Amino acid sequence: MTKLWSWGALLFGVLFFLMPLYGMTEFSLKMRRGEYSLDAYTAVINNPQFQATFSYSVIMALVTIAFGVLLVVPTAFWVRLKMPWLRPWVEFITLLPLVIPSIVVVFGYIRLYNTSSWLPLTGTALGTNILLMFGYTVLALPYMYRAVDTGLRTIDVATLTEAAQSLGAGWVTIIARVILPNVLGAVLSGAFLTFAIVIGEFTMAALLDRPAFGPFMQLLGANRAYEPAALAVIAFGITWACMGLIQLVTRFSKHNRLAR
Amino acid sequence: MAFLDISHLEKAFGTMRVVKDFNLGIEKGEFISLLGPSGCGKTTVLRMVAGFERPDMGAITIDGKDITGLKSNQRNVGMVFQSYALFPNLTVAENVGFGLKVAGVARDEAAERVREMLALIGLPDLGARYPFQLSGGQQQRVALARALAPRPQVLLLDEPLSALDAKIRVSLRTEIREIQQRLGITTIFVTHDQEEALSISDRIVVMNGGIAEQVGAPFDIYNRPETRFVANFVGTLSMLDGTVMQPDTGQVRLGDTGITLGRPLTQKSGSTVTLALRPETVHLGRAPGCEIILPARILEVHFLGSVIRIRVEAAGTQLSLDTFNRADMPPPPVGAATEISLAPGDIIVLGDRLPGGD
Repeated sequence: MTKLWSWGALLFGVLFFLMPLYGMTEFSLKMRRGEYSLDAYTAVINNPQFQATFSYSVIMALVTIAFGVLLVVPTAFWVRLKMPWLRPWVEFITLLPLVIPSIVVVFGYIRLYNTSSWLPLTGTALGTNILLMFGYTVLALPYMYRAVDTGLRTIDVATLTEAAQSLGAGWVTIIARVILPNVLGAVLSGAFLTFAIVIGEFTMAALLDRPAFGPFMQLLGANRAYEPAALAVIAFGITWACMGLIQLVTRFSKHNRLAR
Repeated sequence: MAFLDISHLEKAFGTMRVVKDFNLGIEKGEFISLLGPSGCGKTTVLRMVAGFERPDMGAITIDGKDITGLKSNQRNVGMVFQSYALFPNLTVAENVGFGLKVAGVARDEAAERVREMLALIGLPDLGARYPFQLSGGQQQRVALARALAPRPQVLLLDEPLSALDAKIRVSLRTEIREIQQRLGITTIFVTHDQEEALSISDRIVVMNGGIAEQVGAPFDIYNRPETRFVANFVGTLSMLDGTVMQPDTGQVRLGDTGITLGRPLTQKSGSTVTLALRPETVHLGRAPGCEIILPARILEVHFLGSVIRIRVEAAGTQLSLDTFNRADMPPPPVGAATEISLAPGDIIVLGDRLPGGD
């Protein structure tokens, strides 16, 4: 009887999540009257704005990931190794982006870095891109920091560092050759979450007036019927592909394949 | 000056002074053990030699060069950790070659050295494996090879056998000693296991409360402990407090019994002296050459296999004695009256220097 209830709850959960997806996917295939077709998808993919905004967001995501890794890995490593008393504070700071709306953050940026400020980043496209990348890094910080910190928890950071030091390694070698490879799965989890956040982010990109994928999705949603549904399915596909990649990377990580 | 010279080393963590005026000279190729209970400062001394802790005072020199201010990666000191600390993402060969790669050794030369090291530790075919695919003993061997590969001037072993099971521990400590002697590398070994220290060291430093209580060869440390702490910590010892009757002849009163040690004592007549006896020097019954004979009563009998440890009451105090097991001679029953005998030369007179004695 209990088993029946369990299966019932599972079925309800699956239907709750899958029915809207099914409805949306089915609707996205109905662009051609009376038959299923991929017309909406073709229209979206052939839209030059889609290609431009998607490419822009992918590049921004990659740059954000690189910057995030460079910022978070040494910070989390140093906090764990030398300043464990600082950990609650760092955790608190990294959680702030979850409670401060991104519109507040971006308005703060615009006030601080406008063309009449001491650092007029918004004066050029490159400067604004850099500012947007910083914004994305802040938004992804809670996920990236937690992922890396959890990864660091699984290894004996202090002893591995000392072992590497006794073999003549400096800090850069230690982070690059000992710490980073051992938390690569965690870093990649953080990286894929960052990717998903950047691809779908609207507020910052729209207010900084950058040609990103988020504002494009909003624009399309406001003006078309079938294409937004197709775009949403594509966005889901990208997110799921990211999650699948996280699984693949952790599964095929050679040195811990049997240890897990 | 010794090859590795540690002078007036001091270290405090907050208000706790962990190492106090520690001095030690180690000759080239010597195997020294730092032996002591948890919290005695032995690991802190080792970590200061490795460069992981900065001393508050004092100096460390290797081959005449002051390394006190050098960073750990500039010292050319190899270290083996209790928890192996192999890099999980690297294969055995890559682990062993890590130090060589960091030092910029040419690839062919490094590969040859890795092969040499793997052969030295008896694992020539396991270079391609990852640490998680090895047993604890194998991992510690690899850690040893990794520490030795860059040809360090000094090898530091921080309780390397503690995480291993008893059998592996005994075989690996023999291997470590053989490798150390073959390479002639100066080694400091930290342990709290007296048997380990006694079995493989050239000299032992017994530490207590941040100071070196006694430094000496294992034979001397065991047979001639200078302080009450060393006597208590190394091996099993029965201690008896007696009153000096005649310092010139070494006549001492133990309870109601008087014994003569046959050698002069530094203590004055009427003062208290602490005598110590190893269990193996006390004999059940009258043994040849044992002039001191005391009436005794059996209190406890512990059968340990090859050895039987018996606790007796004699001369107003309790003593332990060991006797070899013999199938034709069962141990005496508890409560039985008997005699014990001992040779005056086997009685250790503990000195007046009793820092940290307990």
